[in-house]
Amino acid sequence: MMKITLVGQPNCGKSTIFNHVAGYKAITSNFPGKTVTYSISKMTFQGMTSEIVDLPGSYSMTSFDLAELEARKYLLREKIDVVINVIDASLLGRGLELTLQLLELNLPTVICLNMIDEAETKGIIIDTDKLSHLLGLPVVTTIAHKGWGLNKLFETAFKVGQKSAKSEFLTFSKDVEQVIKDLSEYIKKTDYSEKFNVPYRFLATKLLENDQDFIDEIKNTDMEFIKAVQGYQHQLEQCRDRSSDEVISSERHHLSMQLYESVVKLSKPRKEIRNYLDSVLMHPVFGYISLAVIMYLFFNFVFYVGAIFEEPLLDFFYQFLPFAEETLGADSLLYHIVSGVVQGLAGGIAIVLPFLFPFLLGLAFLEDTGYLPRVAYLMDTFLHRIGLHGKAIIPLILGYGCTVPAVMATRILESERDRFITSVLTTMIPCAARITIIFGLVAFYLGPRAAIFVFLFNIVVVAIAGNILSNIMPEITPGMILEIPAYHVPSIKILLSKVWLRMKEFIVIAWPLLIVGSVVLSLLQHWHLEEFINQLISPITLLLGLPVTVGVTLIFGVLRKELSMVMLVQALGVTNISTAMSATQIMTFTIFVLFYVPCVATLAVLIKEIGSKRTLFAIVFTFLIALILATITRFVY
Amino acid sequence: MVVSLTDIKSGSKVRVARIRGGLGIRQRLSCLGIHPGDIMLLQKSGFMKGPVLVNIHGNQVALGRGIATKILVEVE
Repeated sequence: MMKITLVGQPNCGKSTIFNHVAGYKAITSNFPGKTVTYSISKMTFQGMTSEIVDLPGSYSMTSFDLAELEARKYLLREKIDVVINVIDASLLGRGLELTLQLLELNLPTVICLNMIDEAETKGIIIDTDKLSHLLGLPVVTTIAHKGWGLNKLFETAFKVGQKSAKSEFLTFSKDVEQVIKDLSEYIKKTDYSEKFNVPYRFLATKLLENDQDFIDEIKNTDMEFIKAVQGYQHQLEQCRDRSSDEVISSERHHLSMQLYESVVKLSKPRKEIRNYLDSVLMHPVFGYISLAVIMYLFFNFVFYVGAIFEEPLLDFFYQFLPFAEETLGADSLLYHIVSGVVQGLAGGIAIVLPFLFPFLLGLAFLEDTGYLPRVAYLMDTFLHRIGLHGKAIIPLILGYGCTVPAVMATRILESERDRFITSVLTTMIPCAARITIIFGLVAFYLGPRAAIFVFLFNIVVVAIAGNILSNIMPEITPGMILEIPAYHVPSIKILLSKVWLRMKEFIVIAWPLLIVGSVVLSLLQHWHLEEFINQLISPITLLLGLPVTVGVTLIFGVLRKELSMVMLVQALGVTNISTAMSATQIMTFTIFVLFYVPCVATLAVLIKEIGSKRTLFAIVFTFLIALILATITRFVY
Repeated sequence: MVVSLTDIKSGSKVRVARIRGGLGIRQRLSCLGIHPGDIMLLQKSGFMKGPVLVNIHGNQVALGRGIATKILVEVE
């Protein structure tokens, strides 16, 4: 089976191509903001089945970003039949810098000039035949979000893959090329080229560029080799009077610019309304006003759509319960299992799904239009004050949907410290499940104003917690370098397939836990074990002035947050919670549930992303915050 | 005259003279097409210590305050 790999810089439309051909069969371990771990799918094209892989967007083949390093490792490790190098045609000059590095890998390659319409609007006319001739590779033009040119692209890719025609590198200036050649000869005498499975020249240029990943691997065992490399680096520095990495990167830059100038004819760019959008949306005053309006509309849309479906769906599930009670008997074991399953299903389908779907749809829309990076730009000033930078806003916004993808989205941040702090903060943002608690308890029993207060209070607490964490780890963040892409009109097909991919992940991780959780609770009740748990938790419930019977719901809140509320009704044995809990108790309970210990699914990704020690820290940290704030609420509210 | 990017008024065209700082920042900037010698347009200088927005080779890039101070430029 042929293996096709999509490689390209961020925002080049790579994932759009993937989503177009992969369809619902795609498997991915990512769903947040960007393609971070790779997505994979089978596709059948003209009767041939092949495997298509969408790698994380990489600006360069030099490792300094987690996702880029993973992309490169994949390219070096896997046996790939053909690489499709996707380039945003309107940014051809910059895109070619990655292409030049890919050429050094000697893999069968096809160039895909995507968003060719975009380039023409900008007044960039590309002579594709000439480009193809200069690079020695086939060049196909596409407009991925319309699906235009994709057939030809894959047809060409198959041909190249079958012939397995290897790409050839282009040469730099003579003096620089000589040093690369000398170093390549030196590498030939060692087994590093085989060890890393890369061509000599690729390894030579990367070593001259001081590539940390390669150098670290060699450093521990072979200082002699490193010393020799430093000798060659020194030669380059002598040639050009600047550091060797700068020499290589500027050589590559010049070569790309040369290529660009010889294949591009510039004409007058067309005037468009979207060019003026940023003068409002990124304006120092109107920008923030628009942001507030857009976020208000976004969350209104989510809750409006969610509310339409929530009640009828809940009614649908709960109508089975009296029926089951009648036929199975209220005290039977089977009835408890059935009611557990029904409540688990109801929680997933009727409470979370109605909000998660519109949320993910709205988010995909903001993402595909290109608005999210503008949000990061606007928020940089504020996030700077709590020791993070603008990009951290993306995981934080995602947190309002589901914490699991939000934690995964922290990978877009460069420094480990920023990823850690942002991960902990996202767990404190109310996810769809906790938002339903705020709505179901606070808004329902205490009024909408109290609910708005909870949301604002939460933001203040997150900001303060951010400040505390950055003071504990006072490292200077590398600062924001963020591309602000042009606005696009998103395609509905792509939006839906994105939403589907993310939902699938949520369903796989969360639903089984949800159903198991509610069955276990039902069984505990059947055997009357919940009293024992309530006793265990009683120090907390007593401190917070809550009924002792709610103890068990707090344990289940860790399994799935919305279980805390769903099971509150069960635990208290009333349908109207206000008859069993006072206003203060309802508020205290909500504040505690809002902040304490992340849910199991979140803990699982936290361990994966930041390690078990730091996850433990996150648990203790959020638990303490919840305890302190809820105690204060008890006496103040 | 060589000054830091944060000391420039919005709307000026500048040439990158030098990038202060280590390998990491140089590489990250070069990925987005910012190299010494390149010409870029400062679209928005930062307000309230916020990021600056530049247009480089027809592409918009936002640079945090800390990064922007490390980019030394000459006004064209």
